[in-house]
Amino acid sequence: MSAFGLFTQLMQLFLTVLIAPLLMGWVNQCRSWLQNRKGAGIDQPYRKLGKLFKKDAVIAKNASPLFRGVPYVLFGSMCLAASIVPSLATDLSFSKAADAIALAGIFALARIAISLAAMDIGTAFGGMGARREMLVGFLAEPALLMVLFTASLISQSTSLTVIVETLAHRHVEIYPSMAFAGIAFLMVLLAENARIPVDNPASHLELTMIHEAMILEYSARHLALIEWASSIKLFAYVTIGIALFAPWGIAQSADWAGMAFALPILILKLLVAGFGLALIETVLAKQRIFRAPEFMGTAFLFGVLGMLVHFLLGA
Amino acid sequence: MAGQFINLLASILLLLAFAMLSQRRIKLLVSLFMIQGLTLFTNTIVIASTTGQAHLYYSALLTLSLKVVILPWILFRMIRQLNVEWDVETLINIPSTMLAGIAIVIVSFNLALPISHLAGTITRGTIGIAMACVLLSLLMMITRSKAISQVIGFLSMENGLFFAATSTTYGMPMVVELGVALDVLVGVLILGVFFFQIREKFESLDLKHLEKKEE
Repeated sequence: MSAFGLFTQLMQLFLTVLIAPLLMGWVNQCRSWLQNRKGAGIDQPYRKLGKLFKKDAVIAKNASPLFRGVPYVLFGSMCLAASIVPSLATDLSFSKAADAIALAGIFALARIAISLAAMDIGTAFGGMGARREMLVGFLAEPALLMVLFTASLISQSTSLTVIVETLAHRHVEIYPSMAFAGIAFLMVLLAENARIPVDNPASHLELTMIHEAMILEYSARHLALIEWASSIKLFAYVTIGIALFAPWGIAQSADWAGMAFALPILILKLLVAGFGLALIETVLAKQRIFRAPEFMGTAFLFGVLGMLVHFLLGA
Repeated sequence: MAGQFINLLASILLLLAFAMLSQRRIKLLVSLFMIQGLTLFTNTIVIASTTGQAHLYYSALLTLSLKVVILPWILFRMIRQLNVEWDVETLINIPSTMLAGIAIVIVSFNLALPISHLAGTITRGTIGIAMACVLLSLLMMITRSKAISQVIGFLSMENGLFFAATSTTYGMPMVVELGVALDVLVGVLILGVFFFQIREKFESLDLKHLEKKEE
């Protein structure tokens, strides 16, 4: 473990945690623009977090300690996920601890924690939301793993940093299998982050909500942590996408110039990705919940096709 | 580099085959067929320019005029006149069709492996994809109940065959290609007449009515 590695690791972790709400704000702002609204500004998530942290927490009478603990588990696991994904540099000290498959496991851990907390109170909404979340989750996870396997087959390693290094260092080569994986990943990203074709993040309608139904009972600092964690999750997913499909510009070795370059490039990529996400959410309509298996099935199909095409074409 | 580009285009063709398989709306189905034709045209042009096979340019132009302009135009016209813009009815639900599609892709990739070892073309890797495209179009014809989507399946199967011919042996002789193109064109025209007859007789384009015996 080098000193530089530790420095980039800590810097990336703090930066990710701090600017993750900004990405959420940017996506919401773009959505407002595309829908001919003025929007609340890209710093709205910070204002919301500040407001929530100031309030007093109200907890249901029959809540167990699990209910109190889950926001911290959620926040912690999302921070871990964000520190594994190479968004700024590949020289990360923590990256040896967990590879791409463990990353999927970390997301699963967070999902299980929030579902348990939702069922803990015993309200109808919590149970319903948890059931739906698990449905979407268990369908999305194999698709995510297929995407990661395709990238791993190309770079012969499941470590995310090695994947980024191989993909960014090679000559410009077209990988048709990565095109399939890219579509599959986009669909998984939309489903896992409760975005529009599967779940509407702005909806509080009992028939449609998934993520919101689970966190209805939370308030104040607990809610703030959960909201923050979900924005870090979105950030982590977008940076995984960048790392797999557009890895150029991520600092490769222990040099300061690369790091100085990596940040503006990352911000530029995030701006483009956030706008793209908002565009997708504006164009698409929310699907019925029973269409979600079909949506995720298609994502899985694309993931498998990516792998098959890799075996056929050798690229 | 050109080889990679051809591989990419072949993958797009496979993607389009799956998109057609999962598409519920007829109008989008025709648009997908159009994009398929356009991809095929680009692919043929790239193969022609890298291998220096002059006759491939002609077949590419034939593809462009027939499959991107004329046939979609006829199909759009037919859809408008028959007023059949509603959702396509599938006999098997779409996720199961997609799973069957994966099985087909695996089978055809395996079948194509020995052929691609024999072929000497730069496109030999894509033979499996071509075969998968043909079989997926066949699957689409089987699982759809409306006559017009079956015709689109038939046309995309012809696209797959054309693609298979270009990737195994750099295309068929010009006479054969012209003949096939004419066949397809005439076939669509005749089937168009059939559509009107079927609808007049049964007041629907659903082919299950044809299974009943006329008294």
